[in-house]
Amino acid sequence: MKKIYSVLVENRSGVLCKVAGLFSRRCFNIESLAVGETEDTTVSRMTVVSSGDERTIEQIEKQLNKKIDVIKVKTFDEPASVSRELMLMKVKYNKNNRRDIMETCNIMHADIVDMSKNMFIIQICDVPERIRLFISMMKGVSIVELARTGTLALQKCLEAEEQ
Amino acid sequence: MIGADAIVKCLEAEGVDYVFGYPGVAICPFYNSILDSDIQTILIRTEQNAAHAASGLARVSGKVGVCAVTSGPGATNLITGIATAFADSIPLVCITGQVNSELLGSDVFQEADITGAAESFVKYSYLVKDAADIPQIFKEAFHLASTGRKGPVLIDVPIDVQNAPVGKFKYPDEVNMRTYKPTVKGNMAQIKKVIKELDKAKRPLICAGGGVLLSGAEGALRAFSKKHQIPVVSTMMGIGAMPTRHPMYFGMVGNNGKPYANRAMNESDLLLMVGARVADRAVNQPDVITENKVLVHIDVDPAEIGKNVGPAIPLVGDAKHIFEDMEKEASYSDYEEWVQTLTSYRDTMQPVRKPDPAYVDPAAFLTQLSEAMEEDAVYVADVGQNQIWSCGYHIVKNGRFLTTGGMGTMGYSIPAAMGAKLADKKRQVVAVCGDGSFQMSMMELATMRQFDVPVKIVVLKNNYLGMVRQYQHFTYKDNYSVVDLSGSPDLSKLSEAYGLRFMRLADMEGAQETIRAFLEKDESVLLECLIDPMDLV
Repeated sequence: MKKIYSVLVENRSGVLCKVAGLFSRRCFNIESLAVGETEDTTVSRMTVVSSGDERTIEQIEKQLNKKIDVIKVKTFDEPASVSRELMLMKVKYNKNNRRDIMETCNIMHADIVDMSKNMFIIQICDVPERIRLFISMMKGVSIVELARTGTLALQKCLEAEEQ
Repeated sequence: MIGADAIVKCLEAEGVDYVFGYPGVAICPFYNSILDSDIQTILIRTEQNAAHAASGLARVSGKVGVCAVTSGPGATNLITGIATAFADSIPLVCITGQVNSELLGSDVFQEADITGAAESFVKYSYLVKDAADIPQIFKEAFHLASTGRKGPVLIDVPIDVQNAPVGKFKYPDEVNMRTYKPTVKGNMAQIKKVIKELDKAKRPLICAGGGVLLSGAEGALRAFSKKHQIPVVSTMMGIGAMPTRHPMYFGMVGNNGKPYANRAMNESDLLLMVGARVADRAVNQPDVITENKVLVHIDVDPAEIGKNVGPAIPLVGDAKHIFEDMEKEASYSDYEEWVQTLTSYRDTMQPVRKPDPAYVDPAAFLTQLSEAMEEDAVYVADVGQNQIWSCGYHIVKNGRFLTTGGMGTMGYSIPAAMGAKLADKKRQVVAVCGDGSFQMSMMELATMRQFDVPVKIVVLKNNYLGMVRQYQHFTYKDNYSVVDLSGSPDLSKLSEAYGLRFMRLADMEGAQETIRAFLEKDESVLLECLIDPMDLV
């Protein structure tokens, strides 16, 4: 079972290490992890995507709550959230595949944000599933470097209101 | 005033009487400042024992135990002690010196990333970067250590922070941490559910864990059990929550427990686990205990509930509050038949031993010893066969039984007994260890002598690491590997060297007389008991 944990933590040094350490020490899986400051600079939000059986999923939430630096934990499913991932991909192009690459970008709503005589940097911001699709579409192209943020997610407005 | 003075002021404000530790350059400002205080410093002989001694003190006094050691190896040596306290939820504040904060991360002499290294064994840790934060950090640390699920808190203080000037000292009156608000009062709706189950139950049973003692709920448990005639068993950490010979107490459960205690667990139809983790040694197959019974799990730490077993009724809260709240709604039914059944199990299912008369029988000896001990005595069991015999045959009257059940750290008994004695000098304190565990802490005989801490020590000597030997006997068909303790010192000479009275008991003849002489004066004595090397627990 896959779950998204949206964790508000004190914005202090060492907190990322404490939370990540908790996952490794208790053998919980991390599929992706994204961290950044919130509107309140003393608070950071960690978005962790993890999976496991029912007991593990409950334990992850409880163990997170137990950490002194954790302010609040929200656990939700992917469909109950708006989730996005940002990816930057540096590719080599030549005159034969230049048009194909641009067309794929166009279809997938990806942008070319930097270029040289033989390289592009492509930016795409989408749900994780479409990011995976885009990577598979680009498999035939020579990918030089690739960077992903990991999933960012917030619970959907209505879901949050119902709670 | 400098940072180090502020630390001492914080400890005074918290009512600390003793600091156990070992100095080194990085903690010297603190040890210089503490000279001006009434707080007594105890120079332990190795850092691990500073944490154990603080643990013994904390468990008997109900206060937070404090230790202070230097950076690098001093700090890393402390880790086993911290981990031991963490596993048993003992409240400690551990102060470590650290190298100059400008040099942090550059691997200078005696630098160790102690907050990183100890992360999974502490309730929380601080690295103090500004001396002005000291009062707030210490206030929080003592609060964290002693509330909710108790445990060790580490404070790492670089030497320049200890030496930094600070303004006027003001200790905060209260703690306000937005991330930490432990639930101690149980949810009334859940409590009512438990009461409903008690009304329905025919065979209810309470399994008391260490949490009962940590919350000071022994009195409430005893009263509750007596009034409603609900039988009680305990885990290893819960020994002493009930007096051993209380009619409603039916022994320790688990692999090494009493057969009648395990039978009570199996046959109960309603089981209240109170302040117990449901860990492997107490409950071998956690899923089984939910099969034929309603399981109620009461714990102050929500993460313990559902970790090893999924209860029918989870109840988060402090044991003492919960027993009190249950009393408000009490009615329940008549469990007389169940109590009679368990009593007959207890009468008929006592394990039978066939000791070799050429040696001291640890079972008979420890029972005789505890009968001769004072009513409120503190008994500290080490780890190994001695621990299992202690659990099985020590009779708790109105005193305490201390041991490390979670981590099972050999060498715990002597330093913990010292801490216990310092916590209450009027009480008789006896440490029982084997010849393996004794040698892990025997350097503390010097500390006992230096600070005049009269602890009674029993060494059950069999020239083996008995518990491992026993395991190899069963698992590896007597292929013994690395368990022979030949080369151990002559304990009579060792005692003489440390200025201790020494006694030896070779068999059970004269045991009563030896025990009387061993206990009679409030002074340190080492009693060596020669036990059968091939004995099994």
